[in-house]
Amino acid sequence: MANIISDETIEYVGILAKLELSDEEKEKAKKDMGSMLDYIDKLNELDTTGVEPMSHVFPVQNVFREDVVVNGDDRENILKNAPEQKDGSFVVPKTVD
Amino acid sequence: MNLMSLTAVELGKKIKAKEVTVKEAVLAAFDQIEKVEDVYHSYVTLDKEQALKRAEEVQKLIDEGKLDSPLAGVPVAIKDNMCTEGMKTTCSSRILENFYPTYTAEAVLNLEKAGAVILGKTNMDEFAMGSTTETSAYGVTRNPWNENHVPGGSSGGSCSAVAAEECSYSLGSDTGGSIRQPSSFCGVTGIKPTYGTVSRYGLIAYGSSLDQIGPVAKDVTDCATILETIASYDPKDSTSVKREDYDFTSALVDDVKGMRIGIPKSYFGEGLDTEVRDAVLSAAKTLEEKGAIVEEFDLGLVDYAIPAYYVIASAEASSNLARFDGVKYGYRTPDYDGLHNMYKKTRSEGFGAEVKRRIMLGSFVLSSGYYDAYYLKALRTKALIKKEFDKAFEKYDVILGPAAPTTAPEIGKSLSDPIKMYLGDIYTISVNLAGLPGISLPCGRDSKGLPIGLQLIGDCFKEKNIIRAAYAFEQTRTYERCDVAKARD
Amino acid sequence: MKQYETVIGLEVHVELATKTKIFCSCSTEFGGAPNTHTCPVCTGMPGSLPVLNKQVVEYAMAVGLATNCKITQYCKFDRKNYFYPDNPQNYQISQLYLPICRDGKVEIQTENGTKTIGIHEIHMEEDAGKLIHDEWSDCSLVDFNRSGVPLIEIVSEPDMRSAEEVIAYLEKLRMIIQYLGASDCKLNEGSMRADVNLSIREVGAETFGTRTEMKNLNSFKAIARAIENETERQIDLLEAGKEVIQETRRWDDNKEYSYAMRSKEDAQDYRYFPEPDLVPIVISDEWLEEVRQRQPEFRDEKKARYVSEFKLPEYDADIITQYKKMADIFEKATEICKNPKKVSNYLMGETMRLLKEKSMDPDELTFSPENLAKLIGLVDKGVINGNTAKEVFAQIFENDTDPEVYVEEHGLKMDQDEDGLKKIVEEVVAANPQSVEDYKNGKEKAIGFLVGQVMRASRGKANPGMVNQLLKETLSNM
Repeated sequence: MANIISDETIEYVGILAKLELSDEEKEKAKKDMGSMLDYIDKLNELDTTGVEPMSHVFPVQNVFREDVVVNGDDRENILKNAPEQKDGSFVVPKTVD
Repeated sequence: MNLMSLTAVELGKKIKAKEVTVKEAVLAAFDQIEKVEDVYHSYVTLDKEQALKRAEEVQKLIDEGKLDSPLAGVPVAIKDNMCTEGMKTTCSSRILENFYPTYTAEAVLNLEKAGAVILGKTNMDEFAMGSTTETSAYGVTRNPWNENHVPGGSSGGSCSAVAAEECSYSLGSDTGGSIRQPSSFCGVTGIKPTYGTVSRYGLIAYGSSLDQIGPVAKDVTDCATILETIASYDPKDSTSVKREDYDFTSALVDDVKGMRIGIPKSYFGEGLDTEVRDAVLSAAKTLEEKGAIVEEFDLGLVDYAIPAYYVIASAEASSNLARFDGVKYGYRTPDYDGLHNMYKKTRSEGFGAEVKRRIMLGSFVLSSGYYDAYYLKALRTKALIKKEFDKAFEKYDVILGPAAPTTAPEIGKSLSDPIKMYLGDIYTISVNLAGLPGISLPCGRDSKGLPIGLQLIGDCFKEKNIIRAAYAFEQTRTYERCDVAKARD
Repeated sequence: MKQYETVIGLEVHVELATKTKIFCSCSTEFGGAPNTHTCPVCTGMPGSLPVLNKQVVEYAMAVGLATNCKITQYCKFDRKNYFYPDNPQNYQISQLYLPICRDGKVEIQTENGTKTIGIHEIHMEEDAGKLIHDEWSDCSLVDFNRSGVPLIEIVSEPDMRSAEEVIAYLEKLRMIIQYLGASDCKLNEGSMRADVNLSIREVGAETFGTRTEMKNLNSFKAIARAIENETERQIDLLEAGKEVIQETRRWDDNKEYSYAMRSKEDAQDYRYFPEPDLVPIVISDEWLEEVRQRQPEFRDEKKARYVSEFKLPEYDADIITQYKKMADIFEKATEICKNPKKVSNYLMGETMRLLKEKSMDPDELTFSPENLAKLIGLVDKGVINGNTAKEVFAQIFENDTDPEVYVEEHGLKMDQDEDGLKKIVEEVVAANPQSVEDYKNGKEKAIGFLVGQVMRASRGKANPGMVNQLLKETLSNM
């Protein structure tokens, strides 16, 4: 495998993605990610110098909304699926600034 | 007469002609579901009570002459990644085990306006990540042609439900082949429309720049009719395209004389099952005999589509799936210590292995120091792939090939080697990268009796070309029903 | 000790004055009950999609033009990925790669003269929701009413060297943006927020030192204190042979102290990539020109016009145009009462005095130009006298009271009854023989005291002109 994924990398990506892997999962993730990256490295065979990265396939542009209030109070619906709510708000573990 | 053996359009005609009531149609669907669902498990959620209530409403509207859509009263199944107001929507994930959307996806709304009756939500690979429907948190779906085989994925439930006649038609979504490949495995027809044709509003995103909703049905006529109903310009979806032609059924013409069909040589190389190859080439021959001009050509960069796709789709997915965090909806871990621990435990317990694999990969390729090498490289590759197709469509109206390199694999054989599994998407993935329309329809069966799918690819906004070619080919065959489908004949 | 210089760049977030949020049609109105101004889009519901508010783009363009920026005629949105509960999608839609404005500049005036501050870029983005920390339990509450409110972030070049320059720069930005009507720019309410990037280096050094980013600065005073404090902290570190760490710090204005916002869970790796749910914005030359044409009259032009058109003294024009709010009141009131000098006097005199007394900003003025014009009318027509007018203006200032109604209800009209007044004058003269004597002996000032006594006896309603005349008549007849 050309791409060796370190424990630190898996740990770091876990922080970014908010995923906590068991030791077994970590080993598997290292192997999987390494082999995926090896496979993805195939793209390096292509000369893409001067090619603009294409995020949208079609030249659709300037899609806008007018600045008009349409939505009313929809709190009941918005909170309907909340795992925990209080005083019309979503409840989360205390955030410390 | 078994109402479930009819196509959606045929059933719609009978309902309109008052030969059949909507309630009878819905009861027929549930009768079949009750007979086969235990084994095949096409659905995650079923709502008979609601469907019967809705049947009455629709019947009333039909009787009052207020509904004249060809799909009025016809029962439909919806892939479980489309929001349906008041009906549980899980994306086949534990993290959405208790999510009841408060709004309905635009494509589904369009169907409802046409008088569709929703039976339930179909099983899928978790968050549409997979090709077998084995990554669902709610159990595997089995292929109605052989219960030991997968139905394909990620819209496996939508395709098996059509094949097993547990619905008259269904909606699927296609990010890298998720409508076409399972359609091929289940012996049904599915269309992935041009990007922007069907609104994505209410479709729970996997790869936003690639996702499209499309129809799955028994034949091309149904698919064209359904697509005509669900396609719309939607101001709520900024990537929605205002098209001039939504009259897809006008392409249901049995005439391919002079149509230029290109067969990419690279689609017939290593890895393609010989039985699949023979069936697909024989279909090409049939079209040629009907007057199409068929020739082989070189389509470049085929091998680069999959790596580019996995970079782009995983990157978008890592961001799209960040919202599932136990704060606003869905699963929250019962025990946690502080905010970040809550996030991590919720997501680690809520997501399955394949989803986590792609989120990890996607987060990595976007992370500091790797963005250019992976993400931008993939977007540049995408630009080159699009160019290859542009070149091809200067010469051809339709590109013809297989939908998948093999027929449906056995259950349990795919997930252990992800790269091998990803390679199964080789013929479908580039179509999503280039935003093109594609259709998969049955063209034969292999020696094990499993269906083989033919894929036709059109240029952007040229659905009519592939619909016409597919329709013409279909006229040379009869629709094959699997034994399961015949349960209540 | 070595000589150090402070190098400061600012990231200023400004909430735009649109009616709706940047990506959905929810109201941006302040102060609703929690989560009453929310929808699936601004709460990150699965399947929801953003649609861009055109007004946001136009405000951003207008601010860019007014700060001499180049407008990026092909611009895009990107996603900034990080997990926090006030961020419903766990990514913020912002602009990294192609911000709407770049390479601008504004001129500031300080005691040391005029200086140009470069603007690196201005980009559009969405605001986050609000977290309310529950004191008594181990949880926080999330309110998404502010989630999706449009912001522009104005990123300056590291061109400032002192708190004075920073404040002059902020005041300049605030004035420009208020003139555009693009925001009310209130630091204390958070519609304008400044993060200070600060580093120090030895005087004469060519390269910059390591910088820190200071957040949570809610007033000019806090900004000045934080700059002073952080400069000292960094100098102390360097003098002690230690290094400044590049980090984000949070200012605690009560403790006059900042602390690092570090967390193992906070990787500061935002994984930006182009937002796939939004399409590019292409700004044609025509559109740009349209926005340019709509730019309002800015301060310098206004000032010149006030001098030439309304004949205001330069000094008055300068003060009044400092705040768009004042200039608006001036123009509207003048239009109604056609008396620019009197309007100006009220603004320069009583208004400024009351603002100072109540330590308020001119932005916070709430009275209407109509009521000020009415008041001036009442004085002109001799309905009330100057003293009463002062009293009534205080009411207008406080409650935007209608002066006509107020004067009527409180019986403040000037007394025009000459006979009645004559009687009062005679009584006052009779009761103050000493003053009469003084007056007769040539002490002109003594009449002032008598006028005051008459006014008091009339409970302030007497016409001062009439009082003067009657007094003189009475005294000369004695």
